[in-house]
Amino acid sequence: MTTTLEPTHLSTDVLIIGAGGAGMYAAIEAAKAGSNVLLADRSLIGRSGATVMAMMTVAVALGSQGPDAPAHHLADTLASGRGLCDERLARMLCEDGPECILELDEWGAGWARENGAIKSAHAPGHDRPRCVYVDFLNTGPAVSKTLRKVLHRHDSVRRVGDMLIVDLIKSKGVVTGAVAIEISTGRPVTIAAKATIIATGGLTRLYRRSSASFNMSGDGYALAMRAGARLIDMEFVQFFPIGHLAPRLIGLDPIMWDPFRYKLGGRLLNGNMEEFTERYGSSEDGRYVITRDAATYAITKEVAAGRGTPSGGAYLSFMHLSAETLNEAFGPVIKKLMANGIDLTKMPIEVSPIAHYHMGGVAVDEQMGTGIPGLYAAGEAVGGANGANRLSGNAITEVLAFGRRAGRSAAASIQNTVDQPEFDPGDAQAALERVQHADPDTRGRSINTAAMIAELQATMSDYVGPFKTEAGLKTALESIADLEDRLGDVPPGQPGAFEPSRIDWFDLRTMLPVARVVTQAALARTESRGAHQREDHPGMLDEWRCNQFVEWEADSPTIVRGPTITTQETAA
Amino acid sequence: MSELATLNIERGGNGATAQTETYEVPFEAGQSVLDGLRWIRVHKDPTLAFRFSCISANACKECMMRIDDKVVYACLARLEPRDMHIAPLSNKPLIRDLVTEIGPPAERL
Ligand SMILES: Cc1cc2nc3c(=O)[nH]c(=O)nc-3n(C[C@H](O)[C@H](O)[C@H](O)COP(=O)(O)OP(=O)(O)OC[C@H]3O[C@@H](n4cnc5c(N)ncnc54)[C@H](O)[C@@H]3O)c2cc1C
Ligand code: FES
Repeated sequence: MTTTLEPTHLSTDVLIIGAGGAGMYAAIEAAKAGSNVLLADRSLIGRSGATVMAMMTVAVALGSQGPDAPAHHLADTLASGRGLCDERLARMLCEDGPECILELDEWGAGWARENGAIKSAHAPGHDRPRCVYVDFLNTGPAVSKTLRKVLHRHDSVRRVGDMLIVDLIKSKGVVTGAVAIEISTGRPVTIAAKATIIATGGLTRLYRRSSASFNMSGDGYALAMRAGARLIDMEFVQFFPIGHLAPRLIGLDPIMWDPFRYKLGGRLLNGNMEEFTERYGSSEDGRYVITRDAATYAITKEVAAGRGTPSGGAYLSFMHLSAETLNEAFGPVIKKLMANGIDLTKMPIEVSPIAHYHMGGVAVDEQMGTGIPGLYAAGEAVGGANGANRLSGNAITEVLAFGRRAGRSAAASIQNTVDQPEFDPGDAQAALERVQHADPDTRGRSINTAAMIAELQATMSDYVGPFKTEAGLKTALESIADLEDRLGDVPPGQPGAFEPSRIDWFDLRTMLPVARVVTQAALARTESRGAHQREDHPGMLDEWRCNQFVEWEADSPTIVRGPTITTQETAA
Repeated sequence: MSELATLNIERGGNGATAQTETYEVPFEAGQSVLDGLRWIRVHKDPTLAFRFSCISANACKECMMRIDDKVVYACLARLEPRDMHIAPLSNKPLIRDLVTEIGPPAERL
């Protein structure tokens, strides 16, 4: 029995795809500027992305505790970006950051304070204390909660969860809306929007082990690319060096060792219990000063040299500390660890790099415009601000500064454009048919899309991880092509309430082209820089001080080189 | 032979008749029930429906279900090498299998 679900049609001024920090801030700004907003998320509003998971700090030159200025923050950001930052965006991040943090403070985010001033911690890669936080483990939840609370004050923002956006719709060269699936019913949805903001976060789900949520499939990159927008720096995936590896434990975030290292230092050791980061040019000395790319490099190299731990990582040891010190710093977490059979005074734990963040993304201008009329991007979905390696704390700053800017720009564009083409149902037909496609004989068992996702994750982790070679990258491209063939053009089964194999099919339709461009860009860049490390091309080359862009032509992506954007002040 | 966890899962909803299906999952110490459910989707049945997004950080609160008659987060519940009974929340409208309507009414279509 097949019943066709009739599409629901919605209409709005601004459509925002993704309700993480960037999407919520954009919604607030667009509403303030007088627009009606539809804020759509595939899961719950404000609870399902990376923002709510961020534990640590937000980098911002407030100068509240000692002299600091955006220019110093910019210098550190550019240095960390290893020559590849789009300086317009990096500058905006550093200059707009303080205002956003202060606005959130007014809204009651509750930044940690010392003697009345907002307090800053000193994170690796920064030249001074510059990282604000809400208690050591509550920054992301507090930011999310605050933005959610403010959102509720705006009646002109309609929030819709369980809504997976699968295609953008263009009419006469302008993005005029989208096609979506209401996951809880399987019903197709068409959306007419005068402006659309992509705020879908990153692509960590391409990897077997990642720190972020299951919803980070790189959707925004695929949506933008298919709409004709350019992507930048797709080869730069940041790995978090000390993701928890073993022993297995439940109920704790895999990047939980970061706060431990901030507070307690800890010792990073190889399988022979020797310190090793010095071999790769980064001395540790029990303090947490090593940047992410350097630590990832050192751990991966040490494992490759046969000096890894039993599970294939490095040891992180706090055995030199007393039970009292540990309890004082992290009492509740120590209890949870004990429940998992882990006594840090007696044993080291094993850590290894896990996919964490994506420096690359949608290429935008200073207004967060993508170059395709009607289409904007914000947050981690945007590429360029952080170059080849992101400084810790810069991601939330980027979320806030770019989200705010995108909301304003989208709202302004509506007021400023006359004769904008309207959403034309004819242009949405093909996308709608795909969502409605029904294969009455199977309930999504004709292909195992969950297994295909696992296969893709294995390929990406094995060949497109922190260390790459030409042979490995080519193997990955073959395996991606094979998965593309098997995926076919239509989803399995039929539309219905919460059909996971069908949702996985649409996710693969996103993940495969994104995996392809990450791999192609990594293959093209024959050098090593920041988070992009090629075993067969060690060392940074001057000729590669440029960005790579993905352009979408005739239904397939090509990689082109372009000069890195510097601004006049820093060029002089 | 390695140990197994036996997951008896209440499935159904959306017109389908409710039934309990049983899956055997390889047991490894330190796994969560959510890990077991995800293993089933990849190796046995990709149509098994359950919600989750943060995977194990306990940030999203989407994976709430009934395990052995107690309401718990599947990502915090320990997988055990024995028979476990898994059912959807009973106080929320059922959508499919272990998925219930958990979004606030104001945030639905
Ligand atoms: C564990 C962890 C800790 C971190 N700690 C820090 C830190 O201390 N400091 C820092 O600066 N950064 C940190 N980061 C990075 C930072 O959290 C992220 O870069 C940032 O939150 C991204 O925010 P966003 O708004 O761009 O996207 P997200 O918050 O990821 O939100 C994207 C939203 O889009 C939705 N979505 C995706 N695709 C679709 C679609 N097709 N249709 C509808 N909705 C969709 C998702 O469901 C999600 O809700 C951390 C990240 C992780 C994972
Ligand atoms: S998966 Fe997010 S709370 Fe369990």
